[in-house]
Amino acid sequence: MSAVDPLVQVRGLVKHFPIRRGVLIQRKIGAVQAVDGVDFDVGRGETLGLVGETGCGKSTTARLVMRLLEPTSGEIRFDGEDITHLRGARLKALRREMQMIFQDPYSSLNPRKTVGSAIAEPFAIHHMLEGRHERRRAVQELMETVGLNPEHYNRYPHEFSGGQRQRVGVARALALKPKLLIADEPVSALDVSIQAQVLNLLREMQRELGLTMIFIAHDLSVVRHMCDRVAVMYLGRIVEIGSGDALYGSPRHPYTGALLSAVPVADPSLAHRARTTLSGDVPSPANPPGACRFHTRCPKAQELCSLEDPPLEDKATGTLAACHFPLTEEEIARIGVRSAA
Amino acid sequence: MSAAEPLLRVEDLRVEFATEDGVVHAVDGITYEVARGRTLGIVGESGSGKTVTAMTTLGLTRMQGAQISGRIFFEGKDLVALSDGELRTIRGNEIAMIFQDPLSSLHPLFRVGDQLVEAIRAHRDVSKAAARERAIELLGLVGIPDPARRVREYPHEISGGMRQRAMIGMALANEPKLLIADEPTTALDVTVQAQILELLERLQRELDMAIVIITHDLGVVAEMADDIAVMYAGRIVESASAKVLFGGPEHPYTWGLLRSIPRLTGSREEQLVPIPGTPPSLISRPSGCHFHPRCPYAQPDHSRIDPQLEPVPGEPSHHAACLLDASLRARLWAELHGGATPEEARASVGLPAPETPPAEALR
Repeated sequence: MSAVDPLVQVRGLVKHFPIRRGVLIQRKIGAVQAVDGVDFDVGRGETLGLVGETGCGKSTTARLVMRLLEPTSGEIRFDGEDITHLRGARLKALRREMQMIFQDPYSSLNPRKTVGSAIAEPFAIHHMLEGRHERRRAVQELMETVGLNPEHYNRYPHEFSGGQRQRVGVARALALKPKLLIADEPVSALDVSIQAQVLNLLREMQRELGLTMIFIAHDLSVVRHMCDRVAVMYLGRIVEIGSGDALYGSPRHPYTGALLSAVPVADPSLAHRARTTLSGDVPSPANPPGACRFHTRCPKAQELCSLEDPPLEDKATGTLAACHFPLTEEEIARIGVRSAA
Repeated sequence: MSAAEPLLRVEDLRVEFATEDGVVHAVDGITYEVARGRTLGIVGESGSGKTVTAMTTLGLTRMQGAQISGRIFFEGKDLVALSDGELRTIRGNEIAMIFQDPLSSLHPLFRVGDQLVEAIRAHRDVSKAAARERAIELLGLVGIPDPARRVREYPHEISGGMRQRAMIGMALANEPKLLIADEPTTALDVTVQAQILELLERLQRELDMAIVIITHDLGVVAEMADDIAVMYAGRIVESASAKVLFGGPEHPYTWGLLRSIPRLTGSREEQLVPIPGTPPSLISRPSGCHFHPRCPYAQPDHSRIDPQLEPVPGEPSHHAACLLDASLRARLWAELHGGATPEEARASVGLPAPETPPAEALR
């Protein structure tokens, strides 16, 4: 399922955070296996969604791709170039090509800076558009593009609503015309009526600027709406990846099935579809179960699942899934989220 | 809304807070009722007054200097008129509440079990040992594995889902007749959310408890609620049974909410239609219909006339506060439901555009 001409290629990506004990002499007593062997490609102009529950490693994966974290092992290629261990000036140059939008528009803007200077910050960092008027014009154009009033250039973040602040975040991320945009839960802090404004803006920007996007969210409906392809993560691994249509229409991994069946649907006629309720909580990534990591919660688990780690392989319905006993047609139908179309 | 003698009946409730900037009209004359064993879903965005409504029912806004008027009848008693002491015998006993954030609602320095014991002994004259037995039983009831061990743990030692279960266990300690759940699953992952919703449904069946569930998530109310009230700027703008409301919503704000959420079964091409602008300030609310500045169907007189919550013709249990003609609303929704944009829907029923386009600053 690799794209033809990928902008981003990730192979065997691993990030373990050491757990240390001791004050002066620190001993490593374990590791949180936040990301543990992840492969994926993101094609040019494509949106890849990363979904999964808290602690599944989706944000860590994004931060690794952004090179905000140093990977433990594995390889990240961007635009054909190995960027896994870039440093100094070359890393700074790379940063212009990829930008990020964060979850919380309240804490990701400095309250003491005007939104104009927040949006101009990337120009300052990269010594671009040094003239004051030039820079101001560029910022106002950006504000216009994302649907903010350019006259509000000198206002402070507290004068804006949540949705407007997220627009500031988008403007700032687009300032350097990046090739890759990573959106980490960009709408989960916003009210329902405002969410759609920001989602529409992101889709519009992507279409106009030909952006490639990695879109992280825990809301499966939002991901469905935004993404061409979707990867489902569980405890640091991708358990299923495929096109949005295939993954939502014919999920083969029992975890994907459980996630989809757990989403409350705003339609009482569907409300009593079969829900696969998983028991218990996600195990700790510091001590994940062996073999298939999902076997402790999986409704279909058998002995093999606790002995052998299933590879991520083509399940002939359009997705790659890491499962010994993938969902059958019947089980998929019972989840009942297949679109009428 | 429902049966003969409701368990809870709220009548023309108003809650106002005086602040430096002016009076906040948090709740502005709302009326609703909940029968035994039924679930009412209150839907709205931040600042719509849904949480203040719930807190007022429990008398929790009193100490914040709120001006409260109206009546809240619980089993015939008016809670607004009760003294603080009398209210305390009801709160946590006959009416219990669970909150959005289970970490900040449990005391971090006390063991989970001790907090449950306290909740039990506040209303029952039982020994500590008996209360502890009951605490273990409650944790088991809400599906916490190995409850005898968990009662000795501190809140930070258990996961978010388990904390929410412990909160529910505490709320159920005295077998309340009414449970108010304020965004009970918002902080949780979907799989845990499904577990908690299922737990609430099961407990409701077993204890014949009435539930008021407050949420911004239309999916959650569709799954949980028998009846739904949609709140906007401190008022109920639409109320009906869940089936009727989702089958044929009447208020443009409800339409806006439904059209602005992506559907799990929707196609990738589906266009979301956001509600323009932002929710109003509750200090200086728009004149007339509070929703008119954001409403794509607003007409000139809608900024002058204040709409009342009135029954929808032919559907006496369905109420909406909208100045548009009912037959016009039906045609508009038919268009919107078929995928038309608000502009297209307006054009096809021959409704002129609003004088000032809805909140032009945002598309």
